[in-house]
Amino acid sequence: MEANTRSTGRLPAAFLTPGSSSFMDFLSDHQPEMLPGKRQLPPTQGVIEAPHGTTIVAVTFAGGVVLAGDRRATMGNVIAQRDIEKVFPADEYSAVGIAGTAGLAVEMVKLFQLELEHFEKVEGTTLSLEGKANRLSTMIRSNLGMAMQGLAVVPLFAGFDVDRDKGRIFSYDVTGGRSEEHGFAATGSGSLFARGAMKKLFHKDLTEEQATTLVVQALYDAADDDSATGGPDVARRIYPIVTVITEDGFRRLTDEDSSDIARAIIERRLEQPDGPRAALL
Amino acid sequence: MSTPFYVSPQQAMADRAEYARKGIARGRSLVVLQFADGIVFVGENPSRALHKFSEIYDRIGFAAAGKYNEYENLRIGGVRYADLRGYTYDRDDVTARGLANVYAQTLGTIFSSAAEKPYEVELVVAEVGETPEGDQIYRLPHDGSIVDEHGSVAVGGNAETISTYLDQRHEDGMSLAEALKLAVQALSRDTNGSEREIPAERLEVAVLDRTRPQQRKFKRIVGRQLGRLLEEGGASTAAEAEDPDDEE
Repeated sequence: MEANTRSTGRLPAAFLTPGSSSFMDFLSDHQPEMLPGKRQLPPTQGVIEAPHGTTIVAVTFAGGVVLAGDRRATMGNVIAQRDIEKVFPADEYSAVGIAGTAGLAVEMVKLFQLELEHFEKVEGTTLSLEGKANRLSTMIRSNLGMAMQGLAVVPLFAGFDVDRDKGRIFSYDVTGGRSEEHGFAATGSGSLFARGAMKKLFHKDLTEEQATTLVVQALYDAADDDSATGGPDVARRIYPIVTVITEDGFRRLTDEDSSDIARAIIERRLEQPDGPRAALL
Repeated sequence: MSTPFYVSPQQAMADRAEYARKGIARGRSLVVLQFADGIVFVGENPSRALHKFSEIYDRIGFAAAGKYNEYENLRIGGVRYADLRGYTYDRDDVTARGLANVYAQTLGTIFSSAAEKPYEVELVVAEVGETPEGDQIYRLPHDGSIVDEHGSVAVGGNAETISTYLDQRHEDGMSLAEALKLAVQALSRDTNGSEREIPAERLEVAVLDRTRPQQRKFKRIVGRQLGRLLEEGGASTAAEAEDPDDEE
């Protein structure tokens, strides 16, 4: 049936049929070709070249969670974009950061945001944080076909659980496998290095300020050792995107705030290139 | 074989319209008013869960009087329409005018199709603009016509009396508390002119507030905030009697 999204004409029957509160379910009944996972890929030789996003990190602190990402997108050994945004609010109490094929990932985030908003409007209430995390799992799983062709999307999902009154982090694999991370997590090509840095710096009673500094330190270390991750670009004034989610909701640090953190870190690294040191014992 | 009764088209339509109007009149009326920072929806609704007002999209709100299952169905259709359109094009391409047209076509087709019973609903679709001049309010009666309204609008059984009352008293640039008070006064009037008290617990209030920093401007006003606004509205009219410039 011809999709009717134009401004005139009666609402098609599918719109008025009682059904699920999920926008994705509605789309897959009404216009399945609009869903990224339902698209047919032409047969290709080898890996498809497309810009890739790299490192996303998350850290919990007393009262919330911080999610941050670097700004580089790469295509092979070329920097495709220097100021890409890879961390997005999912709704008022959660955010998603994406590593992997940038185009698909951004589309997935858009659909995920819409999915949560649609549910909220139809049901008059929000999904639980667990419910949101599961929904994202389903979306990644539906992308498995493309992931097998090298177009993987691997997000990190963080949010404030209003029922449990704490920040929580969920990480995913390409098959949609979901696991809750405790304390800190990272995804993307620089994640190994970022995770190492966080492991040494993290402790349970971080303040919000310490947590935002910690993620930028971790991203700095990721950029230090991974060519696909971009460090703070002082010359172009491009700094990592740092977002904080607390019981007051989602908030993105202003460019000014994240530049202050990044500059302070760079200042210290001029003296200590390897960054803060943990005690040996 | 018996011959079917002949009913003139005029008569058939008049019967259907009367049927729909009677259904709508059974429910309570509700009002939608412009105030300085946006648009406020006020209605009497004893239920906390079954809403008369709701969010359709960023700047667009929905209000309905009449049969719950029918307007709920239209509301969800509208949410699906808006979300699909925003997903296909851009969030800015979802407009109240477009939505009102779709509702009008839907209601109109149902109303004139002999196979379906007419919907017993009357809708309001409102969009808050960047400035008060950009606000749009559309009223959609059961038969699928569209009325472009300004300032204030009432729908439901007692709508005519309430509209007249509002038309005489509504002014541009009212504060939220003033608009709310006026709405409650209007809703408290019965057809025979007598007044009754509507307690705050029975009020459903929502706003489309253009000053909200979020992209989504729809917000329900409940509990303490509602109580505070109702008090403020009462106090401000007393102050206004002495100094009309006291309130902005």
